[in-house]
Amino acid sequence: MLEDLFKVVRARFNDGEEEKSDGSSDINIPKDLLFKCPRCGTVAYMEDFEKNRKVCAACNYHARLTWQERLQYTADPGTFVEFDAGMTGKNPIEFPDYEKKVKAAQQQCGTNEAIVTGECLIHGYRCVIGIMDSNFMMASMGSVVGEKITRAFEYATEKKLPVVLFTASGGARMQEGIVSLMQMAKTSGAAARHSQAGQLYVTVLADPTTGGVTASFASLGDIIIAEPKVLIGFAGRRVIQGTIKQQLPDDFQTAEFMQENGFVDMIVERTMMRRTLARIMKLHNYPKEERPKS
Amino acid sequence: MNKLTATERLALIRLKNRPTVNDYIPVIFNNFLELHGDRHYGDDPAIMCGIATLNSVPVTVIAQVKGRNIEENKRTNFSMPHPEGYRKALRVAKEAEKFHRPVICLVDTPGAFCGVEAEKRGQGEAIARNLMEFMTLRTPVISVVLGEGGSGGALALAVCDELAMLENALYSVISPRGFASILWKDPGREKEACELMKITAEDAQRFGVCDRIIPEAVGGAQNDMKLTASNLAEYLSEAVERISQFDIDIMLENRYNKFRKIGMFEE
Repeated sequence: MLEDLFKVVRARFNDGEEEKSDGSSDINIPKDLLFKCPRCGTVAYMEDFEKNRKVCAACNYHARLTWQERLQYTADPGTFVEFDAGMTGKNPIEFPDYEKKVKAAQQQCGTNEAIVTGECLIHGYRCVIGIMDSNFMMASMGSVVGEKITRAFEYATEKKLPVVLFTASGGARMQEGIVSLMQMAKTSGAAARHSQAGQLYVTVLADPTTGGVTASFASLGDIIIAEPKVLIGFAGRRVIQGTIKQQLPDDFQTAEFMQENGFVDMIVERTMMRRTLARIMKLHNYPKEERPKS
Repeated sequence: MNKLTATERLALIRLKNRPTVNDYIPVIFNNFLELHGDRHYGDDPAIMCGIATLNSVPVTVIAQVKGRNIEENKRTNFSMPHPEGYRKALRVAKEAEKFHRPVICLVDTPGAFCGVEAEKRGQGEAIARNLMEFMTLRTPVISVVLGEGGSGGALALAVCDELAMLENALYSVISPRGFASILWKDPGREKEACELMKITAEDAQRFGVCDRIIPEAVGGAQNDMKLTASNLAEYLSEAVERISQFDIDIMLENRYNKFRKIGMFEE
């Protein structure tokens, strides 16, 4: 069941709140000045944290990025061409205030939906790229996310390009009901056709990759990369805790846990990501372009 | 035909005496030969697989098993499969593909099981793999939602050429309770969620998810299991015959497009 997926994320950040009970941290941290790691609780200056590409210097937790940051760290400058920037969703089950919520997220994130797709070069290797932004309604997958991913795969299949997807999601977009569930089948089908056409698909699992996204395209890469310490799982931690009635180990559903259990090829540091992606494309015989097309 | 509300249907499909695949399979099929195990880890009783004949045509049957009593439910985990259940389903589907045998999936689950072991063995990956593999499986696939069609755990057996639902069956992205708990942080608003979510067979048909609604006995399948089974059998025989006539590449194109076109957006 996809229940409680949003709570997973909150639970992670609530770890900090639980510390309050021992009376240590009732100080209100100014949001823009300091970063408190949800994993280890270490507090750092926001400036240092951002300089460190939003990686916790103490525990190496790779925190969430906006799509703009991810693009900046990944694509060769000036090479990104966006697809479907104007696509917006509807309200299939007439969920109250859904449009309002989407509009607020659009304004906050500077994008039409929870994923940005397009074409770019990574160290000279041309690929189709998709970046999910968890700031946009926890990057849940509704019609637009499903359609954009499907079109990205179809374009890559036609142009014989590899696909690189950075996943981060709470799962299916509840507000779109059954229509959102169907996006799992639709995106997986598009990935299947791209695969049958002999093209490479790499997924980079970022914080948090859960629910219906884990149970569809995120798990279907030829090569699956994860960032250190990120949350990866199907069911929410609290749902599972409710089922088994006992505490779960701290490393449960981390990138490291998933690798140990055989579901992640490699855990790659943010600073090494571009080089690793380029290396993978090179090893799959994709050509390097000497000069980015203008 | 059916004027029950979604909430009434939810109550109906949760009735203890609602027929399950254990009731239907012996009536609809002949010579059911059960196949066990995913060849990797184990055998999940929550999904029963086998080969049988339907009107003397061999078919592969993949069925989620709700228990009829507490003993059966303990064995089948209340029809909440583990990853090995989905992997068994895929294995037998691949066997069916090899012998050009149609596959019939009977869906009836609150959802895939949520637990430590399920996570360790890759519940997400198992479901994802099925979505991908069933989309390109070179043999007809027909899925029928019998009762609860819960979330990814149902979808993993519902990537198909045609999806039918029993009249009172529900198909949803999450249980109404889960929906209320996530969106309103109040699982007590289950009924309200149930009406809002648009999860009946008629709703699913309107969204292009469900292709056919199969009538149940008056007042629900439990009132006349044999009649409901015979409606099911009639539909399945007709669908198997009809879909088997397609050229396989055209059938796969249609299957892809069935899902490809679902979504509501504007540009």
